[in-house]
Amino acid sequence: MSPVMVPATDHAPVVRSFSPGDFEVPHGREEEWRFTPLTRLQGLHESPEALAEPEITVAGIDASAVQRLVLDAGLRARVSTPVDRIAAHSWQLADHATVISIPAETTLDDLIAVQVHTPAGTSFGHLVVEVGAFATVTVLITFTGAGAFAGSVDINAGDHSHVTAGSVFESDRQAVTAARIHVRLGRDANVRSSVITLGGDLTRIHATVEYTAPGGDAELLGLFFADAGQHHEHRVFVDHSQPHCRSSVTYKGALDGAGTHTVWIGDVLVRAGAVGIDTYEVNRNLVLSDGARADSVPNLELETGEVVGAGHASATGRFDDEQLFYLRSRGIPEEIARMLVVRGFFADILRRTNIPDLPTRIMSIIDDRLGVTDLVDEVISA
Amino acid sequence: MSTLEIRNLHAAVETDAGPEPILRGVDLTVVGGQTHAVMGPNGSGKSTLAYVIAGHPKYKVTAGSITLDGVDVLEMTIDERARAGLFLAMQYPVEIPGVSVSNFLRTSVGAIRGEAPKLRLWLKEMKDAMAALSIDPTFAERNVNEGFSGGEKKRHEILQLELLKPKIAVLDETDSGLDVDALRVVSEGVNRFRESGDTGTLLITHYTRILRYITPDFVHVFVDGRIVESGGPELATQLEDEGYERFIALAQKEGATP
Repeated sequence: MSPVMVPATDHAPVVRSFSPGDFEVPHGREEEWRFTPLTRLQGLHESPEALAEPEITVAGIDASAVQRLVLDAGLRARVSTPVDRIAAHSWQLADHATVISIPAETTLDDLIAVQVHTPAGTSFGHLVVEVGAFATVTVLITFTGAGAFAGSVDINAGDHSHVTAGSVFESDRQAVTAARIHVRLGRDANVRSSVITLGGDLTRIHATVEYTAPGGDAELLGLFFADAGQHHEHRVFVDHSQPHCRSSVTYKGALDGAGTHTVWIGDVLVRAGAVGIDTYEVNRNLVLSDGARADSVPNLELETGEVVGAGHASATGRFDDEQLFYLRSRGIPEEIARMLVVRGFFADILRRTNIPDLPTRIMSIIDDRLGVTDLVDEVISA
Repeated sequence: MSTLEIRNLHAAVETDAGPEPILRGVDLTVVGGQTHAVMGPNGSGKSTLAYVIAGHPKYKVTAGSITLDGVDVLEMTIDERARAGLFLAMQYPVEIPGVSVSNFLRTSVGAIRGEAPKLRLWLKEMKDAMAALSIDPTFAERNVNEGFSGGEKKRHEILQLELLKPKIAVLDETDSGLDVDALRVVSEGVNRFRESGDTGTLLITHYTRILRYITPDFVHVFVDGRIVESGGPELATQLEDEGYERFIALAQKEGATP
């Protein structure tokens, strides 16, 4: 199958194809790979083999709503076409997807909880959440495991649907993850998609948004916490091809420890016909110690001037010695001081995920990583 | 009753050109119930003394000792010193983005008292303490020192002083940058603290103005990294009339003597 060539813009991917051969092996100089430590990808970007299969379990919805579908023409039309070699390989080596379908006009009160567990070795997998028109649903996808994993999540939000989604990556320290999370919005659809990365040695998440009709409203939220040399990379691409849509992108990251590296690339493209859109993207990073590095690159490409709003912002701040001194001089031990600052930094974004119990669970994972023990927990304000 | 004892204290700050001595033999004893004013010209090292007592990592103690009730303070970490009963009201309080005043205060009070205060009692305690310093209740939800005016920062420092109830409080130029009304409110807070028990106060200031509101028991003149003269409140009056010149000359003469 020949690759689909699309008109070149600065930020839209040039090649879209399910065939890995249509993509060169990245060498690290390419714009989209220049921040990624390729040697730590465990070969995912070269010519990987599937040595294991992820275990995907779905809870909170009737089993009849969950199917395993093979990648035929029908499924291809419902998932995002790969824009890089890893994604193309992931479909070649796992040519099927777990598809969760929510019928039109249903409101699910229960959270749909999906667990994607990747065993040791290299594995590939795909998940599709198909939300019917006027349906309302909340889905939380948790990625765990030890291996190298590449895969995708496609959230297809039907006309006028309301989707709240969360993707939490909390794999083991040695794991490698390269995943795409694609949101496709129908007419007047409303999607809030949160991506949280905590684990892994290298975690690279490509969050993309596509509008198929006017009126779509996408809210992308991101939280990353990386320490002890982890590499967390978030690449966002919002493709405004339809008029009168809205996108809001907010990512917040905290970094701790020498050698830790986070990357945030926020690409927003407003195509010529996409008049009356409103877009804003922001990335804020908090560097907690020396030797940690945060790269942050917002890109806003406007092909029309007829917008309601378009903006971006990026800022990286340091938790500095003077702040630490101030808190410690009030009797607050160093670990708690860091925790207070990190909790304060993440509080709003966690609240905005709108997923029950998630803020508490994520904060307690981060507290642990910051070295806050149960003992000192007693001194902490509730 | 607590005693803070500073003996022959020498301290230096690390610079690109090597360590630069700032404190050159400070001797001072503050006993609970007493208020000491340390006065000196700009650059005399009086703020350094405050920071060294609190344990700021920028300064290295090269000789001498600080003890609180006989326990070596220099061996303690910054937060251990606070939990042992020392408090520093800072000249330039630091902004802590993302941490609300109410969360900060409760965590701090919990750390100092050894247990988190009961929520309902705590809210009342905080509200009352804020009202006494004419601090708007909405401050509780603002981030620590973020966007505070100079006067608001100083009131927030004294609010902490009153809530944390230290054994010995060091107030580093709390009066600087305050207008007369704010100075009065802040001074009243300090006086409430002084009257609350056998607490010791070390008031570091450049101006005599604050001493009209807070009467010291002892006044020390601090020049060139040490105390060159000590006396009663009348020494402050003398300073107000004569300025620091005589003491600077005195320090230079002494420094020149081998």
